[in-house]
Amino acid sequence: MQPPAVHHGAMFDTDELVINMGPQHPSTHGVLRVVLRLDGEKVVNADVVIGYLHRGIEKLSENRNWTQIILLTDRMDYVAAATSNVGYCETVEKLLSLEVPRRARYVRTILCELQRIASHCLWIGTHAMDIGAMTVFLYAFRERELILDLFEEYCGARLTYNSMRIGGLPLEIPPGWDKKVLEFCKIMDSKIDEYETLLTHNRIWLERTKGVGVIGGPEAVALGMCGPALRGSGVPRDVRKDEPYAAYDEMEFDVPIGTAGDTYDRYLVRIEEFRQSLRIIRQATQGIPEGPIVGKVPRLIKPPAGETYHAIESPKGELGYFIVSDGKSTNPYRFRVRPPSFCNLQALPRLVRGHLVADVVALIGSIDIVLGEVDR
Amino acid sequence: MGEAIAFYIIAGFILIFAVLVVTAKEAVHSVVFLVIDFLFVAALYASLGAEFLAIIQILVYAGGIVVLYLFVVMLVNLKRPPEAYADPHRRTTLGFALSAAMLLEIGVIASYGYVKPAPALAAVAAPVTGNTEEVGWLLYTSYLIPFEIASMLLLVAMIGAIVLAKREL
Amino acid sequence: MVDTFVIPLLKIVIVLNATLVGVTYMVLLERKVIAWAQSRLGPMRVGPYGILQPVADAVKLMIKEDITPVRADKWLFTAAPIISMVPALIVYAVIPFGSEVSLFGRQVTLYITDINVGLLYVVSVASVGVYGIILAGYASNSKYPLLASLRASAQLISYEVAVTLTLVSVVVMAGSLSMVQIVNAQYNSHVWFVFAQPVAFVLVLIGGLAETNRAPFDLPEAEQELTGGFHTEYSGMRFALFFLAEYANMIVVSSVVTTLFLGGWLPPFPNVAAFGFLYYVPSWAWFLLKSFVFLYLFIWIRATLPRYRYDQLMNLGWKVLIPIAIANLVVTGIVRVLLL
Repeated sequence: MQPPAVHHGAMFDTDELVINMGPQHPSTHGVLRVVLRLDGEKVVNADVVIGYLHRGIEKLSENRNWTQIILLTDRMDYVAAATSNVGYCETVEKLLSLEVPRRARYVRTILCELQRIASHCLWIGTHAMDIGAMTVFLYAFRERELILDLFEEYCGARLTYNSMRIGGLPLEIPPGWDKKVLEFCKIMDSKIDEYETLLTHNRIWLERTKGVGVIGGPEAVALGMCGPALRGSGVPRDVRKDEPYAAYDEMEFDVPIGTAGDTYDRYLVRIEEFRQSLRIIRQATQGIPEGPIVGKVPRLIKPPAGETYHAIESPKGELGYFIVSDGKSTNPYRFRVRPPSFCNLQALPRLVRGHLVADVVALIGSIDIVLGEVDR
Repeated sequence: MGEAIAFYIIAGFILIFAVLVVTAKEAVHSVVFLVIDFLFVAALYASLGAEFLAIIQILVYAGGIVVLYLFVVMLVNLKRPPEAYADPHRRTTLGFALSAAMLLEIGVIASYGYVKPAPALAAVAAPVTGNTEEVGWLLYTSYLIPFEIASMLLLVAMIGAIVLAKREL
Repeated sequence: MVDTFVIPLLKIVIVLNATLVGVTYMVLLERKVIAWAQSRLGPMRVGPYGILQPVADAVKLMIKEDITPVRADKWLFTAAPIISMVPALIVYAVIPFGSEVSLFGRQVTLYITDINVGLLYVVSVASVGVYGIILAGYASNSKYPLLASLRASAQLISYEVAVTLTLVSVVVMAGSLSMVQIVNAQYNSHVWFVFAQPVAFVLVLIGGLAETNRAPFDLPEAEQELTGGFHTEYSGMRFALFFLAEYANMIVVSSVVTTLFLGGWLPPFPNVAAFGFLYYVPSWAWFLLKSFVFLYLFIWIRATLPRYRYDQLMNLGWKVLIPIAIANLVVTGIVRVLLL
């Protein structure tokens, strides 16, 4: 239990205090366990222990047929299930060289961006709560609720949607749904300002986030960081722009980047992403083309032998799927996910070193992880 | 009569807790007993009509200094075996000699005071009434020099502590 | 006999009970106000609009299993909640809730006692309350509570210095340490001290928040960092005592601020003939109203602000509040000497 005493030649022995943050801890967002070695309140080192939520989704997928796997991807990033669905379906479509109707691609874009807002709502709520501003949490959940209602109306589920199919979408959008989406955009616009009123210029918030967990662009890339966490360090990498999928090539939007690479910049990047997502949703909803919602998909999905990697921009970052098909069976030969949360979590020990215990929770919040995705 | 009873009861408690301070096995318990002891001392002051002193006793000693003791005691690892405390620089005989000298001194002073009672303090008639005001008056008139010297001493101690604690100043 | 024993005892009984009831309803008020701030309803199930929620809470806490961890220091573990509760209650002895009322043909003062070092008494008793938190953290024999109690002791000591220094400037204004005399001084000077000492008012308010461990200074019990802080290992009634002590302290702070800066029981524009009609409102009503404003402010702040970090809190205390307090005291002293 007690680490050996470290002698500094001082009058008293000084011990490093080892504390376990998690797996049952209110602000490790699930079942993350961080073993902190503290010198006073200063973090000397942090070991991230993961695996408490491992369900073997990758192995499980090798024993399910191609359609059944969609449902498993829901359970990875369970606060952004729709983007996981899109990523998987597009990867299989790439394997099958399947043409997806333009209408389906537009609806996918809308769902993805709604999902991004919902996920960021959860992020801003929990992040602010970790730093002690509890009202933002309930405000953000109030708006997330509206998005969940939209999803419920679309596919009947509120968390694990199973909302995509290989080759398109399972359902036509309900009549009047696009109007409701636009209505939501209008509401959301003012609500983002509300969050910003509570946080962006708040002195305590600035003091808690500015200069905390600074990481430069090259180092962030070297650690494999992605998504808003990487863009906060000034690297303009966004899969939506760099390798457009769904209907993003037809959308007009900006990729916000930070400059300092600290917690505050990562916060600002995500806040701006709220606005950009709304911009995309507006364009996509107003421009949904006519046509079929699902492409010409064979009855029995059996991709030809081969392998492919395809990545999308999930709310947390670059979500990639690497799938190998042997061309004979109705399930993948190998199924591998590159989860953004996992890659961002790698940076945590580097980020927290030298900061205080209170900053650890701020940093866990600022890299925005979901343990379902980290452990799979 | 009532005052005497109160005095003896309070004094008894002071002694009991003072003994407990030095006999308690856990250092934290010692500190807690010390706090209780200080509270009884404050009660003694209060029973003598010195409310100001009583409150200051609680504020400074019980509420301030002992909290720092507790701070240190909690932070220092005291779960080591007693051998680890063996101090190579300890001079037992010298210690005893010094305490004997100290006791003797106190005894001399006490007996001198008993034989020849001090003349009533020629205090400047304080133009103020009230406990706090009188303390203030005396501090800034008759005892100004000792007061200033004590302040200087504390300042020096404070700077010394900062220098000791922050090596890379 | 009646004047020396019966009336003070009655007053003590009334004040203690009123405090405890007030504290439990304070919890409800906090939950309701925060709920409104967060577009929720708050407790609604127990009684109409949840007004019986405190009763349900009390019953729950009393019948809950009272756990003492095996490796805890049993004596201190039990003593700690008591040590934090008792100072929170005995402070009420010197708080003047009102001036005098005549009841059954007797003039009764609306305070338990008026000692000539009242303000110092409040400060010193509050400083003893720290032990409850420190010992709770130590006695739990657990790491998170220990960290929390270290934070608590450092925080309370620092802010005590700032608050006490600031209070001195009020004492200089009033020329007395007695709470009643301070109110009377405001009566004589026709103005609440908040207008004469605005800086001190803000400092005491901030320091008061910090000393009661309220947001944004609620570091000792930062649940997001320290999983509940110093009372992590406590359950049942012992936990409830910590909780009650915190709220009782909140009421103390708002009462003290009211007394020192907002004229205590005095109406606005005290001792000004034109506003004499304000005296038709009973003195205790003014006092309660003003204290309530501060309690509401505390809750409002909690609903709005994020939490400071430990080192920032220390910097604020030592490098901002204390220098300002000293400067304020010096200026007050000079002005006072020049005016005399």
